[in-house]
Amino acid sequence: MIGEKERILKLIEHNVHLTAEEIAVMVGKDAKYVQDVLDECVENQTILGQKTIIDWEKTERELVSAIIELKVTPQRGSGFDRISERIYQYDEISSVYLLSGGFDLAVIVEGKTLKEVALFVAEKLAPMEEVISTATHFILKKYKAEGVILNKKTEDDREVITL
Amino acid sequence: MIDYNSVLSDVVKTIEPSGIRKFFDLANGMKDVISLGVGEPDFVTPWHIRNEGVYALEKGKTHYTANAGFLELRQEITNYIERKTGVRYNPNGEVLVTVGGSEAIDLAIRALVNPGDEVLIPEPSFVCYKPCTILAGGVPVPIVTKVEDKFKLTAEKLRAAITPKTKLLILPYPNNPTGAIMTKPELEEIAGVLKDTNIMVLTDEIYAELTYGREHASIVSIPHMAERTIYVNGFSKSYAMTGWRLGFAAAPAPLMKQMLKIHQFAIMCSPTTSQYAAIEALRHGDEDIAKMREEYDCRRRMIVEGFRNMGLSCFEPEGAFYVFPDIRSTKMNSNEFCETLLQKEKVAVVPGTAFGESGEGFIRCSYAYSVSSISEALSRIERFVKSL
Repeated sequence: MIGEKERILKLIEHNVHLTAEEIAVMVGKDAKYVQDVLDECVENQTILGQKTIIDWEKTERELVSAIIELKVTPQRGSGFDRISERIYQYDEISSVYLLSGGFDLAVIVEGKTLKEVALFVAEKLAPMEEVISTATHFILKKYKAEGVILNKKTEDDREVITL
Repeated sequence: MIDYNSVLSDVVKTIEPSGIRKFFDLANGMKDVISLGVGEPDFVTPWHIRNEGVYALEKGKTHYTANAGFLELRQEITNYIERKTGVRYNPNGEVLVTVGGSEAIDLAIRALVNPGDEVLIPEPSFVCYKPCTILAGGVPVPIVTKVEDKFKLTAEKLRAAITPKTKLLILPYPNNPTGAIMTKPELEEIAGVLKDTNIMVLTDEIYAELTYGREHASIVSIPHMAERTIYVNGFSKSYAMTGWRLGFAAAPAPLMKQMLKIHQFAIMCSPTTSQYAAIEALRHGDEDIAKMREEYDCRRRMIVEGFRNMGLSCFEPEGAFYVFPDIRSTKMNSNEFCETLLQKEKVAVVPGTAFGESGEGFIRCSYAYSVSSISEALSRIERFVKSL
């Protein structure tokens, strides 16, 4: 069963404009309690920020994304943490994940063109000392991202009134 | 030239069309309306359930099933009812898979009611009970429930409504349009009134999974009530499967035998694809229900608070996904309020009179909508109320 903090977080995850007062009504608590929970979550970095999910395909922005699978050598004393921290410093990297299975890390790289992304991998990622090998997979089409279906039909097709 | 009026059934002709048909037509004809008038979930059927239906079609499962429904589905239904009420029905002979809870209601009434039999119907309530009773030759007897009683059926009101002609009591809880529920002690009182009578009960529990803050109580759980009760439930509201048209009934074998008889002649069997999907729903759908209920609960609190903040008294519903605010303070009648709100602010809500005369002075608002839609609708309604 989901806890109260998690209920509040689930609400604001998909409804960023809700105020503490509105959330309080919806979860049956007082506004101060909700605000305290939110403040605590910001302080301990459970809440890291707010993000708007944008379908860049519908804009003029040139954007190419790729998922790069990396095999790396874990470091003594830090495991995979140190190499991951070095990789995510790059602005081109939007996500870094440690995986189980055939590869160690999956990173998402964004650039203006295929060439730009490929060169980034070749010149910045692959030469890193701990990186053993890379496999680049260009994202051709996004169907769903961050829990949001892109190009979803949003029209409510129910009848206006049914009893 | 055929005089159709002279060839149509007299009984059918006596059933009045909805008194608010004009309002419905107006609402359906307008563009950009924010509607809080829909009586079905805004959620889509969970994917794993839809997938089972799709898979059944891919495998060519397009033939009739047994009249009563797949035995596998009836077994799952039996398990479900036992889990929820403690009552174990026999899937062979006491359970029937129907075309929505609506068909089950119709079958129950037709199987029980003789011409002239009285059927007690707590109001305000869903619109189908009265016409189904009339079509069966029965006499619908409304029992007015009041906001002062939280729209519950009281033992006192029930006792006062019983006559020697009373055949059937309909129990529509959790209730559409009020969102009222009945607790176990309250149902025990009702059972106490019925104890020494031959009055049967039809319990319409289609919203049973959507109760907030407490588990739903069913009258079949009360000792000696299952033997006089037809239990109706379905998949539409709990699993967001309205369009799949699937429900079920459970009742003692002598009652079910007659219901099955009508069903097999009129319908043959319920949709096969839907039955496959329903098996998956009952086996693995609990988490989906919990998520939807959680979401509804948040919206419920939001919409009740919203109406109260704008100065309209609003009974706090504990079930279904409707609120029933009191608009009597505006000095408008329900129809007038809804029509004027629609025209001025393009918000559609349903006049309480759609659910019986006792709904006058109230409106029904569904919260089967997104938080943002509810928020926008409340803003517009508030603006409208303040302009009066």
